[in-house]
Amino acid sequence: MKLHEISKSFGPVKANSNINLTVDRGEILGLLGENGAGKTTLMNILTGLYKPDSGKILIDNQLREFHNPREANKNGVGMVHQHFMLVPVFSVTENIILGEEPTKRFNKIDLENAKNKVLKISSEYKLDVDPDQIIEKLPVGIQQRVEIIKILFRDAEILIFDEPTAVLTPQEVVEFFEIIKNLKKTGKAIIFITHKLHEVLEICDRINVLRRGKIVGEEYPKKTDKKKLAELMVGRTVNLRTSRKKMEQGEVLLEVNGLSILSDNKEYVLSNVDLKLHKNEILGIAGVQGNGQTELVEALTGLRSVSSGKISYFGKEYKNFSPRKIHQLGVRHIPEDRQKQGLIGEFSLTENSILNTYYEEEFSYNITLNWTNAKIEAKKIIEKFDVRTNSENISANKLSGGNQQKLLIGREMSRSINLLIASQPTRGVDVGSIEYIHNQIVFARNKGIGVILNSTELEEIIALSDRIIVLFEGKVIAEFPSDTDPNIIGLAMAGEN
Amino acid sequence: MKIFNYFGNYFSNRETFQEIIVIPVFATLLAIFLGLLLLIVSGSSNEIALKALIALFYGSFGSISSISETLTAATPLIFAALGIAVGFKAGLFNIGAEGQIILGGMAAVIIGFSFQLPFFIHLILILLVGALFGALYAFISGWLKATTGAHEVITTIMLNLIAYRLLDFFLRIPSIQKEGRNDPISKSILDTAELPRILYFLDPNLRVHMGFLIAIFAVLIVYWLIFYTTIGYEFRAVGKNLEASRYSGISPSMTIILAMSIAGLLAGLAGASQIAGVLGRATPGFSAGIGFDAIAVALLGRAHPIGVLFAGILFGALIAGGRQMQVSADVSLDLITVIQALIIIFIAAPVLIRKLFPWIFR
Repeated sequence: MKLHEISKSFGPVKANSNINLTVDRGEILGLLGENGAGKTTLMNILTGLYKPDSGKILIDNQLREFHNPREANKNGVGMVHQHFMLVPVFSVTENIILGEEPTKRFNKIDLENAKNKVLKISSEYKLDVDPDQIIEKLPVGIQQRVEIIKILFRDAEILIFDEPTAVLTPQEVVEFFEIIKNLKKTGKAIIFITHKLHEVLEICDRINVLRRGKIVGEEYPKKTDKKKLAELMVGRTVNLRTSRKKMEQGEVLLEVNGLSILSDNKEYVLSNVDLKLHKNEILGIAGVQGNGQTELVEALTGLRSVSSGKISYFGKEYKNFSPRKIHQLGVRHIPEDRQKQGLIGEFSLTENSILNTYYEEEFSYNITLNWTNAKIEAKKIIEKFDVRTNSENISANKLSGGNQQKLLIGREMSRSINLLIASQPTRGVDVGSIEYIHNQIVFARNKGIGVILNSTELEEIIALSDRIIVLFEGKVIAEFPSDTDPNIIGLAMAGEN
Repeated sequence: MKIFNYFGNYFSNRETFQEIIVIPVFATLLAIFLGLLLLIVSGSSNEIALKALIALFYGSFGSISSISETLTAATPLIFAALGIAVGFKAGLFNIGAEGQIILGGMAAVIIGFSFQLPFFIHLILILLVGALFGALYAFISGWLKATTGAHEVITTIMLNLIAYRLLDFFLRIPSIQKEGRNDPISKSILDTAELPRILYFLDPNLRVHMGFLIAIFAVLIVYWLIFYTTIGYEFRAVGKNLEASRYSGISPSMTIILAMSIAGLLAGLAGASQIAGVLGRATPGFSAGIGFDAIAVALLGRAHPIGVLFAGILFGALIAGGRQMQVSADVSLDLITVIQALIIIFIAAPVLIRKLFPWIFR
């Protein structure tokens, strides 16, 4: 398959300009680029969602033109989206045939036949999927395989994966890579879109780097390294390892004893957790998603009530405290989902800048809000935390993910702060912003602030933390110093101690 | 469309301006046009349709007396729609304005005939108590939602039904029913409780009353409340993103209860102003569906206080003009209902308006 001089503009913005790209059978092509570099636009052109302004698509040296995803499918181009397109209450088979239901007489759906085909594909590529399972009961990793079968079912020869590992646990990523390798062996052409450097180095045969709508480089994993790729991607030198000098532990800021939380269906999502956080310390909480990290953070920030146990901030115990009270202690919280919790998408940047301080004297007098001060605050955050925007009056959902996160972090870190609880602070954020955010966290720690870092990215935990604890099924099962071998921590995350 | 751009500068950005002014204006014009088309299609002559159109405009804005009628009809709509708009901002869909109007009106009637008080004090009392009862009635729905999660659409609809029966019962109580009458009708309120007619000096028959001025004042108060106070900030935060508002330390339960109560307070005021300004007494069905029309007004005004003011006046105009239309062109008042419904359909489908009039959105 070959793309020749593809261009696409949206108004004055050139999302893609003169892009040339080839991918062969039995090859995995990595497409690397920051958010907004034009990866998604390019893929939408490939799958027939957008029409290019100019350029040609060649498959097996024949000119092709797709007007919609279905035509692309017919030509053997299939895509697995980052957010799955599955009907939760349907079975695996029903989802796979959706849109192309094979029929028997009288328009009855031929489920038997479809099921057999699904089973055949599943065993051929070692996907191991039960065709009768209901989607919503399956783990994310399996749902992704259903998506893969879906496009194989439609005889795809060119498979496009958009950020496929973003939703997977480390174990699932390993399994996913096995699947991709199997697909490659059978002669499929694969395009792998990501902004995770280590993944392209591990799995791809060739890497194309996209920046501002242009291909800025072609690299081969054996001849390149992360640093080089990151520079190509961002367009300047990037410091991948945040420098972090050793510091003496200070006094205890936060102490948790025997913390347990019962979930709504009466299971312990957190049991008997003890932890301590000191001044000048970053405590990393490692673990595969869904092992109690979210609940722990919610308990610490007052968003979830505790079944038993003690939480003490700055030597004083707090019982069933509200989020506001904890905020008033100088505890700042970067929630794991910025769009769901941290920001109000339809509010302006100014309104978002005072989200948890709007009632304070600086921003209100009795009940009247002081928009002048709020604007000053917003401008301060925008400037100090490098939020790229041309106005503080636009709504937050118009910002890119990285800029939203910088706004959020700026809001939490620009006012007096004693302790920072950061959950997935760099999820879905581009490389340039990751570097910046990491530096801010280390900078805060050097100033004497304690940081709890909850992240499912083990790399991030290791790069930043002074001490690492591992949560598994709601229990702290291990504690490591910062210079531990990642493999050992990885094993602990899988529950092996 | 230079003029639009000129006014557009008064809003923070062009989109808001389009949303709260341009789309409603064109939705209305299109609805009136289609309404008349319907008239012609259903067999009326072109002349009658033209006559109806002229009557519609003349009856709403053609003379002092028709303007007075328009504003009289608009007054309770503005009050109640403001309340519904406050609810919208907090993410609540208050269907219960009708019931809240009835409760506010009933309270106003009792205050109106049972106390002998000086003019101004009596007037303030009747409005305050009416507002209070509307608020209390809406509080029930807010409290149910905050404590049990019961959906406000269901509870307010049910409370509407209860309010209707309560009114029937209320009008049969001997101490409330008008002496010497067998039909359900309440005693009349005293002169001291009446909202004075503001154009009395021109012509004593001009019905527009002080309630309209109070409604404009309420528009300003609600505008300030929503956009310039911590309370409004909390309303909007809860309405836009419940999770984030919890994260920021806002108590969603308290916010929901407060927003619902304020919505009821304004609807109660609508009921009280209708009693004290126009009707003077309560009869079955005195609420006349104002609470439901107000939902349409709030939607048309895009839940923005200024938008609600204009939408309320527009709906008032349709009511006043519709009466004139019925008289002089012999066209059924139902046509107005059709036009109102069409307006709402076009408002609910702004894409349609953008497609039909692409040149105004460039």
